[in-house]
Amino acid sequence: MSLLSRQDVQRIAELARLELTSEELDLFTRQLGDILTYVEQIRALDTTGVEPTSQVLNRPVDRDDAPGATLTRAQLLGNAPDAAPEAGLFKVPRVIG
Amino acid sequence: MTQLRKGTRLRHGVGGQAGEPGAVAAVEQSLARLTQVEPQLSAFNTVMAERALDRARALDASAPIGPLHGVPVALKDNLCTAGVPTTASSKILSGFVPPYTATAVERLEAAGAIVIGKTNLDEFGMGSSTENSALGATRNPWDLTRTPGGSSGGSAAAVAARVVPIALGSDTGGSIRQPAGLCGIVGLKPTYGRVSRYGLLAFASSLDHIGPLTTTVADAAVAFSVIGGFDPRDSTSSSEPMPDLHAALTGDVNGLRIGVPRAFLGEGVDASVLEAFASALNVFAARGARIVDIDLPHAGHGIPIYYLICTAEASSNLARYDGVRYGHRTRLQKDDTLQHMYERTRDEGFGAEVKRRIMLGTYVLSAGYYDAYYLKAQQVRTLVRRDYDRAFETVDVVATPTTPTPAFKLGEKTSDPVQMYLNDIFTVSANLTGLPSISIPCGFASPALPLGLQLTGRLFDEATLLRAADAFQRDTTFHTNAPSLAEATEGKPLDA
Repeated sequence: MSLLSRQDVQRIAELARLELTSEELDLFTRQLGDILTYVEQIRALDTTGVEPTSQVLNRPVDRDDAPGATLTRAQLLGNAPDAAPEAGLFKVPRVIG
Repeated sequence: MTQLRKGTRLRHGVGGQAGEPGAVAAVEQSLARLTQVEPQLSAFNTVMAERALDRARALDASAPIGPLHGVPVALKDNLCTAGVPTTASSKILSGFVPPYTATAVERLEAAGAIVIGKTNLDEFGMGSSTENSALGATRNPWDLTRTPGGSSGGSAAAVAARVVPIALGSDTGGSIRQPAGLCGIVGLKPTYGRVSRYGLLAFASSLDHIGPLTTTVADAAVAFSVIGGFDPRDSTSSSEPMPDLHAALTGDVNGLRIGVPRAFLGEGVDASVLEAFASALNVFAARGARIVDIDLPHAGHGIPIYYLICTAEASSNLARYDGVRYGHRTRLQKDDTLQHMYERTRDEGFGAEVKRRIMLGTYVLSAGYYDAYYLKAQQVRTLVRRDYDRAFETVDVVATPTTPTPAFKLGEKTSDPVQMYLNDIFTVSANLTGLPSISIPCGFASPALPLGLQLTGRLFDEATLLRAADAFQRDTTFHTNAPSLAEATEGKPLDA
């Protein structure tokens, strides 16, 4: 039995903000199922009491909250597909109806 | 630094023995070679000829500014270059021109290097063949019907074909070492945190590394010396002092203990790979190194852990590509909401493998599955680290083949993600542990397809790692073999 249904894949796509085509949904349902079957092997390992590794530095990676030089607003807006540089804003479709 | 450079062959293919060529001559030769081989290889996304020549003229007019003065280099196209498009070989970054330059690139240029172009990759570094590129696949210079490996396949092909002596790549699960192995060159993934990732387009932040691809270990050492060291702009950058690599490359491996995880070298490994690996160990033994059997009981679980962790991190890192601030945006239709714009932009902009990984990552982080997949993978990651900690109590470096097989055919593994993932069986451990790791040419399969030897060292001990790798190159000539591509195909149209 596959570990994922087509509906599961549809739900994941919504969470991931991906509008998948019907063909993509079919393909990913099969392939993600294969990948999950493959990774099942680690679930049998005993990891009781084992600390998780989220990063290998063994030290905090926070920095001081000190203001410094940054890119300018014009530089940051320069790559936008749609911007209002005079207002210093990115433009997007209407959010509030 | 300047001393170190004297012993190197940085200008191979771009310079004569008597008298070093000027920077302009070096760049011109590099660009000529690029023009000659690029139609066959498709290694470059962007060629920066004019910028490179301008810079070369300026360098020729100045006193030497660093150990790479006038050396042409190439950059994987996921490293930001101010004013030059940076695509990650993804449609979603079409039109993106970074307003800033990656630290590693700044440091290369400050040392005198001249960037001649940006190289192809699997989109965002997600792949092992450089076939997952919105700009088309790169080919292996040793056999144009095969992949160069990936994801830094463009950088590997460019160095192997002697277009540039140094290229930068990035390595999240083997993406420097695996293509280096399959293209017959050197690829170094330094310790996690050694090379600043400021300006690297993020894929999986706890696993991403930047490093050099070269033809010799000595050149890799120079490039690493230039790009390594603390950078306040990367919060994961390490302040650990850089090793003196000039002093390290002595050729002396007498008494060095090399660990071999025998149980890990079983199923699915090509006979030619095992044969070349055994011969490579003999080269070390002849120099006085001791070969020691070790056990890495969890290393075989590296691939599943890796794919759970890297996809989780990727799903988060790639959330930023939403069509608002840079890159591709879908053509808006009447009554489109913001959410429609996000969803269609991302579906149009990302390729299949990137979507697959975003989906898997989203799933393993979602409510109800986090503990079973993501947390579990992080725990097994700890077990893999412990395996290596234990191994390094009795050995100084760990040796394995770089890949289980020689370069595979274009298209051979694209339809089966799990088969493609298995290419990384020997390389992912060094990303999960952060340990420094290098691939060096160690032989050829039949017909002439290069094979790599992977050495992995202790955290921050690149000195021992590079000393061992350099010693190997003193006794072998695999790294001096270049693909015959140019000679065979010069002036002739490409078959196939």
